[in-house]
Amino acid sequence: MSHTSASPEHSEAGRRDPSAGAQKALLGVGWTLVGVPLLYGLVQTLRRVVTLFTG
Amino acid sequence: MASFLDRSRTVAGPGYSRWLIPPAALAVHLSIGQVYATSVYKSSLVEHFGASLTSIGVIFSIAIVMLGLSAAVLGKWVDHGGPRKAMFTAACFWAAGFFVAALGISTTQLWLVYLGYGVLGGIGLGIGYISPVSTLIKWFPDRPGLATGMAIMGFGGGALIASPLSNQLLRAYDPAFDGASGSVADGSAVAKLFVTLGVVYLVAMLYGAATIRVAPPDYAPAGWDPSTRKQQAMVTTAAVSAGNAVKTPQFWLLWVVLFCNVTAGIGILEQASPMIQDFFRDGGASAVTVVAAGGFVGLLSLGNMAGRFVWSSTSDVIGRKPIYMVYLGVGAVLYVLLALFGQSVTAVFVLLAFVIISFYGGGFATMPAYLRDLFGTFEVGAIHGRVLTAWSAAGVAGPLIVNRFLDARGTPGELVAADYRPALLTMVVLLVVGFVANLLIKPVAERFHEPIDQTSSAPAAAR
Repeated sequence: MSHTSASPEHSEAGRRDPSAGAQKALLGVGWTLVGVPLLYGLVQTLRRVVTLFTG
Repeated sequence: MASFLDRSRTVAGPGYSRWLIPPAALAVHLSIGQVYATSVYKSSLVEHFGASLTSIGVIFSIAIVMLGLSAAVLGKWVDHGGPRKAMFTAACFWAAGFFVAALGISTTQLWLVYLGYGVLGGIGLGIGYISPVSTLIKWFPDRPGLATGMAIMGFGGGALIASPLSNQLLRAYDPAFDGASGSVADGSAVAKLFVTLGVVYLVAMLYGAATIRVAPPDYAPAGWDPSTRKQQAMVTTAAVSAGNAVKTPQFWLLWVVLFCNVTAGIGILEQASPMIQDFFRDGGASAVTVVAAGGFVGLLSLGNMAGRFVWSSTSDVIGRKPIYMVYLGVGAVLYVLLALFGQSVTAVFVLLAFVIISFYGGGFATMPAYLRDLFGTFEVGAIHGRVLTAWSAAGVAGPLIVNRFLDARGTPGELVAADYRPALLTMVVLLVVGFVANLLIKPVAERFHEPIDQTSSAPAAAR
């Protein structure tokens, strides 16, 4: 595969990219989907950690 | 496989936001991080199969060994096939592992659990672990440590989610199970848990596969000048293939570095709960309760996760070699302090263990960026996969070393601080070996670099 403008990488690049507005929405959805479970895990773990100091 | 999975269909255009990539990577790593939450149902499986703790522990060991082997063998395929195909495959293997294991639990056939969670799941782990790494490095050439730290932090975070979630699901599926120490869920509840987790992780990982994008050829973030990379002696702009990388001393020195760092970390993680109780045992009773010891294990999980992100990001500022000098050098000093003075005050013990485990996590997360610095981005995923065999080896060696020393002293949970000293000081020796290995790392010799005309075309396939 040569590194030219005719390469599939170049010809396909960006063809299926969502619009700028859709990208902003996807950013919100994506980070929420991973952030919420992570927050749940953090809170649950912190509740466990508290027992270390309260016995 | 459908063309939707092909690399060429995943190449982003110039205006694509790179901040869409970490959630895709995290979706995969948060899912496969479940492998560190197996303790929730371990006792239930022991009871259900009437097997020993060791026989059930083998499930986890097989998974970790398969992780290293599949990452090593399939790393090149992951680099060239692209992240979407790799994430899709990882999702299928990881979910299939849960489903086959659930079948094994339902029909009381332990070998099916070995085959499912251990072998199939382990392959999903290996492919999933390395699948977003090379993509992230190419999207974040200015901050590769931060990018890989974010994803690999997800691997630590996955256990934080899976542990309480599994507990709650087991309580829902078996009302007699209360989640307390000594309580075990029945086999059908564990089988239902496996099916539920399989479905949830399949959906999450497929989301990651659907949204991952490869950086456009010659991508550079706004405001970043690629020529600044050439000014750093330990950062190459050349390309080294995975086949050539394993012929370099740098690869094997890094293998030793990872092996020593992981083995030392496992030394504490493996025995965390009984260890803190034994360190503060006066006569027969310990000043630390079982519940408080559980809190200590939770704190270590946080340290492990935080270290992956914080230290790996720090390596972008101070450099990869210096940060490993901290992990291994300062880590060795902290281990000595823990062995000699850990029993003096609980807060000192907890603080030392927290920092040590944060270094353990940091060692994992910084490795891909170190590999990028030394070998270039050409086949960094494949090289990373091969280095991960050190993790598999440490997963066997770490518990073996600690258990052998402790077995000679008695039973963990009935020991005192002095009984841990030989094991902890052995870990210090390992860290010193790793420190020296890191010191010996120099830039890779030019004879291992790919020819210029080859690197200008071949990396395009690996982008």
